[in-house]
Amino acid sequence: MSAPPTVELRDVSKRFGEGPLVLDGVNLVAASGEFISFIGPSGCGKSTLLRLIAGLTPASGGALAVDGRSPEAAAADLAFVFQEPTLLPWLTAAANVDLAQKVRGVPVADRAASTRRVLDLVRLGDRAAAFPRQLSGGQKMRVSIARALSLSPKILLLDEPFGALDELTREHLNEELLAIRDRQAWTAFFVTHSVAEAVFLSTRLLVMSANPGRIHVEIPIPLPWPRTAETRLSQPYYELVARVSRVLRSVDTAAA
Amino acid sequence: MPRKSLSIFLPALAGLLVIAAWYAIRFSLVADFKFLLPTPDEILRAFRANHAALIRAALNTSEGALLGFALAVVVSSTASLAMALSPAVRFSLYPYLMALQLTPLPVLAPICVLWVGAGLKSVSLLTFLIAFFPLAVNTTQGLVSTDRNLVELFRMWRASPMQELFLLRVPSALPYFFTGLRIAGTLAPIGAVVADMNAGSSFNDGGGLGFQATIYSAQAKFPALFATAATTCLLGFIFTGAVLTLSWFALHQWHDSYERADK
Repeated sequence: MSAPPTVELRDVSKRFGEGPLVLDGVNLVAASGEFISFIGPSGCGKSTLLRLIAGLTPASGGALAVDGRSPEAAAADLAFVFQEPTLLPWLTAAANVDLAQKVRGVPVADRAASTRRVLDLVRLGDRAAAFPRQLSGGQKMRVSIARALSLSPKILLLDEPFGALDELTREHLNEELLAIRDRQAWTAFFVTHSVAEAVFLSTRLLVMSANPGRIHVEIPIPLPWPRTAETRLSQPYYELVARVSRVLRSVDTAAA
Repeated sequence: MPRKSLSIFLPALAGLLVIAAWYAIRFSLVADFKFLLPTPDEILRAFRANHAALIRAALNTSEGALLGFALAVVVSSTASLAMALSPAVRFSLYPYLMALQLTPLPVLAPICVLWVGAGLKSVSLLTFLIAFFPLAVNTTQGLVSTDRNLVELFRMWRASPMQELFLLRVPSALPYFFTGLRIAGTLAPIGAVVADMNAGSSFNDGGGLGFQATIYSAQAKFPALFATAATTCLLGFIFTGAVLTLSWFALHQWHDSYERADK
């Protein structure tokens, strides 16, 4: 298996139409296997940044490369998990996972096995035949993640995937996500509002400021691996959460 | 009493009260005016006496309604796809669809007769015209209101336009299509009966319920006229029931409108 590719942004800016700059002078080099979180006040362009990397919207200035190519050319290596589960309500959990692969052109013979595998990975093997409306919010999000994983991405982009879930479910899913990451090698870009979540998951955390969106400061997260529920009780974890919270507050007040 | 039994008991009770009131009004009428309101038993007897004519008329009307309805489903689906894919087509066609919908059927009827002759052809054509609008409008609406997030997801997967259309837009338009189908399904038998009154023909025993009603009315056979009305109503129930059943099969597993209390 080849190593996950890198993502490189050089002086990237973005504006919509004639509007103000949403992102300005964003520089970022992500190495293989990193888990990078973006955190910042509303309107700091963190979701836009994710969408730029995904090739969902073009950059207005600067250079952006995914594994040395344009995001469009690298589409097959990317998978995106939206804020909402975005499942097709008329398809079962398994059929939703299958559809992504079908559209992406995965041969039919390989699909059933990988669908089963990723649903087992998110511990929903026994709910494969359920329709989305029969699943809880957390379960739907897990199907959504399974669907992204079924595409064997080298880069996983997650836009506040757990924002709508309760605290406990969110913590469980954070742990699951890291457990899955141990078994599948992908580089992750993760947008969140939750400091605790960002610290728990990331190798590196980028705090952004708004108007225009810039990377304000970069905070490495040197917590030991594997990270488990125990990690959240450790002193270094607390200190990092406190530090990030302080930085975030200073960014927010500067903006206000 | 539990809700379920109430929903059976209350309408039954209301029905009994209406029948009792019916007889009461009838008995209080002066003899000269009793013909205005035949009693339910008279209507039943009229049905039995005329059942051959009524059943034949009902079958003729059903044929016209079904043909027109089926044609409306096929043509409106195609038109909706065209309108959903091309705003130009949508903007060009909409005002005329509207105009067609706003023209009363009895005015269109003689025009149809002029073009295709009286009888089944005219009845199906008029039923088609009346069923077309709700189907086309709802289906088009469904095809253009696909969840934006899902569209983005398909773009993200680099889905082809055909994949986006048939794997995403068409299935997500199904609830809208069935809303249109339910409206069209109730309109089709009514439309067929009205069309039959205005463009029907008794040639070759081809007359439908509308035609039959006109005859009984002219002959002052009022119990038979009421029996015809009841048959029309029954036909409407059958049509609506069939459409609701179809809709249930297509949607009940996944659509929120069929949300069960036991979830």
